[in-house]
Amino acid sequence: MSLLEVRGLTTGFMTGSGEITAIEDVSFSLNAGEILGIVGESGSGKSVTALSIMGLLPSPPARLISGEVIFEGQTLTNMSDRQMQTIRGPGISMIFQEPMTSLNPVFSIGEQIMETIRAHERLSPAKLRERAIEMLDKVGIPSAARRMDDYPHQMSGGQRQRVMIAMALACRPRLLIADEPTTALDVTIQAQILDLLMDLRDEFGMAIIIITHNMGVIAETADRVLVMYAGRVIEEAPVATVFDRPLHPYTRGLLECVPSLTEDRARLVAIPGTLPEPTRRPPGCRFSVRCSHAIPACSAALPPLELLEPDHSAACIRALDLAPIRTADLAP
Amino acid sequence: MTEPLVEVAALSKHFPLGGKNFFGRRHGAVLRAVDEVSLRIMPGETLGLVGESGCGKSTLGRLLLRLIEPTDGNLIFNGAEITRLKGAALREVRRSMQIVFQDPYGALNPRMAVEDIIAEPLIIHGARQGPGTRKQVASMLDRVGLPARALDRFPHEFSGGQRQRIGIARALILSPRFVVCDEAVSALDVSVQAQIVNLLQDLQREMGLTYLFIAHDLSVVRHISDRVAVMYLGKVVEVAQKHAIYAAPLHPYTQALIAAVPASHPADRSRGKRVRIAGDIPSAFNPPSGCRFHTRCPYVMPVCREVVPPLVEPVPGHHVACHLIDASPAGAPT
Amino acid sequence: MSELAAEDFAPQRVHPARATLKRLFHHRLFVTGLALFGVIAIIAALAPWITDVDPNRLSMRNKFLSPNGDWVFGTDNFGRSLWSRTVWGAQLSMIIGASVVALNAVFGTLIGAAAGYFRRLDNMLMRVNDALMAFPAILLAIAVTSVLGPSTLNVILALGIVYIPRTARIVRSSVIVLREMEYVQAAVAAGAGHWRILRHHILPNAMAPMIVQLSFLFAYAVLSEATLSFLGVGAVPPTPTWGNIMAEGRDYMRDAPWIITIPGIALMITVMGLNLLGDGLRDVLDPRLRIQQ
Repeated sequence: MSLLEVRGLTTGFMTGSGEITAIEDVSFSLNAGEILGIVGESGSGKSVTALSIMGLLPSPPARLISGEVIFEGQTLTNMSDRQMQTIRGPGISMIFQEPMTSLNPVFSIGEQIMETIRAHERLSPAKLRERAIEMLDKVGIPSAARRMDDYPHQMSGGQRQRVMIAMALACRPRLLIADEPTTALDVTIQAQILDLLMDLRDEFGMAIIIITHNMGVIAETADRVLVMYAGRVIEEAPVATVFDRPLHPYTRGLLECVPSLTEDRARLVAIPGTLPEPTRRPPGCRFSVRCSHAIPACSAALPPLELLEPDHSAACIRALDLAPIRTADLAP
Repeated sequence: MTEPLVEVAALSKHFPLGGKNFFGRRHGAVLRAVDEVSLRIMPGETLGLVGESGCGKSTLGRLLLRLIEPTDGNLIFNGAEITRLKGAALREVRRSMQIVFQDPYGALNPRMAVEDIIAEPLIIHGARQGPGTRKQVASMLDRVGLPARALDRFPHEFSGGQRQRIGIARALILSPRFVVCDEAVSALDVSVQAQIVNLLQDLQREMGLTYLFIAHDLSVVRHISDRVAVMYLGKVVEVAQKHAIYAAPLHPYTQALIAAVPASHPADRSRGKRVRIAGDIPSAFNPPSGCRFHTRCPYVMPVCREVVPPLVEPVPGHHVACHLIDASPAGAPT
Repeated sequence: MSELAAEDFAPQRVHPARATLKRLFHHRLFVTGLALFGVIAIIAALAPWITDVDPNRLSMRNKFLSPNGDWVFGTDNFGRSLWSRTVWGAQLSMIIGASVVALNAVFGTLIGAAAGYFRRLDNMLMRVNDALMAFPAILLAIAVTSVLGPSTLNVILALGIVYIPRTARIVRSSVIVLREMEYVQAAVAAGAGHWRILRHHILPNAMAPMIVQLSFLFAYAVLSEATLSFLGVGAVPPTPTWGNIMAEGRDYMRDAPWIITIPGIALMITVMGLNLLGDGLRDVLDPRLRIQQ
């Protein structure tokens, strides 16, 4: 049985001009210890997916329209807010992009970590402090015991993100959701934080969902990848498959439009147009208006996410016509 | 030999911190945002400027345009000293140098129509608002890939990428020679980022522009630049042709920076394979003595803590400031 | 540029100012406030036509009449028509409120913009400002009217002096933020002078918080004027102001409660209307609150 099952998750937002769907029919499953990368650009719905799983979207204006989230056999989408609180922390934990605003400036980092543990476990003050120091140590804060009494403003951005991870790990969650965990950080610090997340996965065996817009972060960390566009999952596969044999034209575009660090290219392969706003999504396939391979049938109906090859799904009616022939098929 | 279009010599910008005391006297330390930087930018080339947050790359870009006043040093544009220019003479120089900003939302006045935004530099330099400027603005819009219908619209009606095109049109309407692109594509979605990079390259070719391309994304900088300069805590630590600097970086910081870029394929995962530099970037407010990178450098030697390494040229065209490198060719750390 | 082929703009074709107006008139607080304040303002404007008795005409025969068919709001201790006095008082309140707002709009903006934009002037202007703001508003107003002598014009001047520093501070803080915006930098890079930058880029964008502030200021001015008259340092009796009527009615509160109550209610409606209007303006114009909605 998988650790997390998301089935047909659809979340809507009430706006001035009626309800819009931020994500539609998002389904995937995640095993213990696995790292799932969710990649997408702004408006793709990747963050809303994470917040929907956590039950953290403000309602109203947000509303779960349909679908369910099953974590360790329990259906989270039926739970009361109080029941969800027992899941958040020891079950599923989350870290965010902005380490500055995610920490409370008036409490020391030690107090904030201990507070998180205290919410779920009864420990003696000495044990509590010991655990907090251990967590800080685990995430690579040097001389952790001394830094317990520091306040967030005394730390750099990278260190604050480490503290956030320590807080998220304090209750030993089985699943960690990291929403753009390195986007606000410099590249040398990003590398450190990604290494840290991988080390912690190996040590604690927790599953991780990494949400990012950066294909490089996916390449560095993910086992499986979910590509989202305009609120829908458009491709899902193991990480190597996505990079070697992307089936959806959008995924291919995403991989081609970033310049290389080693090869010269005269011109970047850009995807024309802009990401559609939720209120102005085109009919049929949402990528069709930007897709150079679009045919009339593309704008006729929403293409479903289909299993096209073993362990590889994509939502494109032309996926198999366009994909390069697999070398395996050529072999006699 | 051609003369450089932009040349800076020992340019510094120090920001006093802590403000003034009650009697108006300065107290407290100074933030050395840019510290004795010397650079040359040749006509028609793109110089990429990379570095992490707080390294002073944005401040340097603004110094070159005289948007902020240097504390010390000299600035030469097109053969003429412009460090202390004022009034009409400064305005005249401004015709030839422009800037494209990072934030497509903050860079356009929300209360002005697109036509007025792009025409403003023309008006400032003496054009009369009318059918003539409107035509000129429309043709500029066309060059950046926006239809003339956009003229009467307001910034909020555009997406981030479209706004960036408007910002580029405003920067180019006076046909400048030199343009500073300050993180001009950093805030855009990757699929849109490639469009803007292509546009900037097309315009450079068509209009013979010289770019200073400031960014933190090393792959974008590699793609667009001819030469690349690396800054760390207010100092330029390495400058070279892009192929030289990416293939064989000399400064340990440049090496670490390149090693930290995430892999482009899962088969090249860097964890456990590449050298990581430990620790955080120190504050520019109280930078380390000697070589500023010595607190994080894997090859640190006693001399690094004491003496600021000078920028030397061990290989023709490749400048680096590191005690491991002799001014004589050879001797790079590996 | 074929890369743009599929791209189009948002469907909104409205001028931003018109969009703002539309949002305002859909805002319940704003509309309620505008209605309350509008009723008082219209009554004040129509004063010469809707009153038939001179507000200062004494009629000892008719004193202390409670509201009735002939005297809608009754009469006071001198037999003056309270309807006339309240309506003319409304007019005076509106004139004073509008004048104080106008003074603030001009001088508050000038001082605030100068302090916020020119770093050199900032320290000097703001220290004078701080000194003026250190006095409790009403005490400072009393001090000014005591020196200048009680009169309607001096009330306006006094309230102007009291409130301009507050307005200036609000303008200054928006200007400081706007000064650092990249579009201002872009204008500098294009060679724009200070005047152009202030007029085209800074002041139009500083207007929103300023308009909000001025609507609240109108309420403060009306309230302060009433307070000054009530304390006997405002417009000289028998000038019909709400403060004066209430001051005179205070002695007869038990036997003729309508004298003090009627202008009190008028004052309350005005201030409440303006505050609701201001809240509505703030919700619509202040982008920080708009994001939260």
